[in-house]
Formats: sequence, C-alpha cells, structure tokens
Amino acid sequence: MYATTYHKPMSLSEAIELFEGSEDASYLSGGHTLIPTLKSRLAAPQHLIDVRNIPELASSIEVTANKVIIGSATRHHIVASSKEIQAVVPALSGLAGSIGDVQVRHMGTIGGSTANNDPAADYPSAVLSLDATVHTDRREIPAEEYFQGLYTTALEPGEILVRIEFNIPEIAGYAKFRNPASRYSMAAAFVSKHRDGHIRVAITGAGNEGVFRWTEAEERLTESLTAEALEGLTIDPSRMMGDMHAPTDYRAHLVAVMTRRAVQNLGGTHIL
Amino acid sequence: MSRVTITINGKAETRDVEDRTLLVQFIREHVGLTGTHVGCDTTQCGACTVHLDGRAVKSCTVLAVAADGSQVMTIEGLADGATLHPMQQAFHEHHGLQCGYCTPGMIMASVDMVRRHDGELDEHTVRHELEGNICRCTGYHNIVKAVLDAAGKHRAAKTAAPVEAAE
Repeated sequence: MYATTYHKPMSLSEAIELFEGSEDASYLSGGHTLIPTLKSRLAAPQHLIDVRNIPELASSIEVTANKVIIGSATRHHIVASSKEIQAVVPALSGLAGSIGDVQVRHMGTIGGSTANNDPAADYPSAVLSLDATVHTDRREIPAEEYFQGLYTTALEPGEILVRIEFNIPEIAGYAKFRNPASRYSMAAAFVSKHRDGHIRVAITGAGNEGVFRWTEAEERLTESLTAEALEGLTIDPSRMMGDMHAPTDYRAHLVAVMTRRAVQNLGGTHIL
Repeated sequence: MSRVTITINGKAETRDVEDRTLLVQFIREHVGLTGTHVGCDTTQCGACTVHLDGRAVKSCTVLAVAADGSQVMTIEGLADGATLHPMQQAFHEHHGLQCGYCTPGMIMASVDMVRRHDGELDEHTVRHELEGNICRCTGYHNIVKAVLDAAGKHRAAKTAAPVEAAE
C-alpha cells in the first residue's frame, strides 16, 4: 500500500470539506473492498476519509410499516442478525448473512458495498429488487437511477451515501450460486413481489454491466409467481460477464436457474 | 504518521505509525506479538484473525489508525497464565493442527463462534462458520472436533455455573 493520510471526520460537512479540499481522496467505510484494493496498489488515494463516525451514517436499523431503513455504516452481521428485518424481509437479512465470511461481515458495511457497486456484490440486487431509495448528503436517488454499470453509480464525486430505504415487499427471495474459491456470486437473483403486486427481478454477479433487472422474467412472474412460469426463458449470453471461472453461456444458464430457485425459496434464501 | 493507542490483551499500546499501517503489522511489528500470523494477506485465509472490540476480524484488512482507541484480543491474550483457554486446550487434545500456521486464527475465530452461539453448535454450523479460515494441512476434521468439544465444555460450564453460585 502506498502512503496515505487518514482522516476521521465527525460530521457530514467536515467529511465533504475534507474531500473537496483534497486532490485525491477516497471515502473509507468497512474497508473490505478498499483496503485489499489499496494493498494491491490498484488504487492509491492520498487521503482516506473514514465515514463510519458520522452520526447520520451510524449503524442503525429502523423498520416502519412500509420500509426498512438502514444507516450506511451498518455492518453486514448487524443486518443478518436483526430480528426486525428477519420478521419482514428475511431474504434481505439472509442476503447479508451470506456475504463473505463471519470476519468480513463483522467489518463490511451496507453503504460501502452499495457505493462500490461491485458487479459480484450482493446488496445491489436487494436495493434494485426492493425499489429502494438511496439517501445521500444532498438528495434521494431511486435504485432504478442509482446503478450505472460496473463500479459506477449516480453518486457524484464527494457525495456520501447516508442511508438506504427498502420497501417491505409482500414476499421476496434470494438465490445465489457462489464461486467456490472467492465465495463471490457468479449469478444471484433477488425476486420481490411488492405489495401493489408488481414484480422485480434483480440479477447480480453475472451481468457485464453489473446489477440489472431481468424484465422478461418479471413479465412471466407477473402472470404467475411460480418457477414453472419461467420454463424455457433464457437470457442472452452477450449480456453476461465471461471469465476463467464461468463463460458467458454458463452464467446465462445460472441466471435462469437462480431466478427459479429464488422463486422456489420466496420468504428466504437459497445459497449454493 | 499518527499516534495510535490500541489496548491489546488488556495493555494499552501507543505507537507512532504510518497511516497505511495495518492492524496486523501494528500487532506483530510494532508491539512484537507474533502469534497473529499473516497467511494470504488478501482477507481470505483468516490466519490474522483477532478480536476487535469483541468480534473476530481479519487484522490484515483493518488500518491500525482506524482501530485507535479499540480493544484487541490476540492469541497471546487467551490463556490465563499457564492455564490454556478451553479452546486452546481442545485444539491441543484433539490435535487440531498440523503445521500450526493457521491455528491462531482458527482459535480466535472459534472462540468468537462459541461466544456468538453461546456454545450451541453442531458440526454443520462449525464447518460453515469456519469458511473464513483456511487450513492447508489437516482437512479440518480435528479442528471441527476441537471446536465442538470446547463448545460442549462451554455449555457444561453454563449449566454448572448456577449450581456453583448456589453453593
């Protein structure tokens, strides 16, 4: 890791001032993507601005009649073990409990994962499927507009993700096929039936533009929320990532299988 | 450079370190506690597992400066003088190691696991929750036996404790 200067602002305004006053700064949350990236010298910001002590981002979970609201510095293990979330969206707490391993879940945060938008990250699929709203220091961004490609989001330079508001669905399910070595998703599907009846299918780990909605699957599942309704439906391999772990046609196959599995496991998760 | 104070195994340790210093470097190179190992240095193998404010974390992926003011427990802090911690004793009795490189991380992760489940563990759970710790020698069999044994002793101590209190 190249030399860097660490800052620990205690307010949003202090953090933004630090960011804007630096030529080359990066926000730091749980650090479980950023620190490995720094160690491999793929990034070398001169300033690291640790956002975990800012009160607005503080670890917090609030469940209202229609929403689950999570502060962005909330660590995965807190979401995974939240009885309140387990009661209303078990697929969301189950997703959090399937990220990385125990030690990683003790440090990684929902805000960090969502701001980074790794194409194999878990949370982006829940944000997109549950029609979440991303709240920042300056505005609200609907999930539909938030994700803009690999590691790319609507966040402007210096903008801080403060909290995420998920809609509580009628029911949701999450199914994931992991790379057996890295444990990152090779294909995962988050399927939600919202209270007004609309269906959202979000796919992560597979798309060559990061997380995306599989609208053809949504149309089928609107007719009938069953795995049978997806019979014969395939996705174009040219939309998939291909690498040494899984070529595009295999990932396309996995997307269809994981979507069916998510439907078969509504109200929970199915992690392979 | 930053002045960082971390309480390690109950003792406050203050050092002036570069901001890029990792917690594991602080523990090993600045404080000299070399029981915590660096295996992969990429957040995968778990050899560097320590308890940070009571929770198992991979100390190769935490900045020392970010842990300023925290409490850290390393493998050196587990034993009570010459008496091994029950998890250390169980690894000893079941020979839950071969080369021993992963052992400090395995033990710190296992102590955390017993705490989180209050000793209520079965083999499936132990194997699943050790996914963040990699052993390249023994195939995990004796490690899992050791963790289950220590978990059993934890449960027994829980049941015994009220009786002792009554006495």
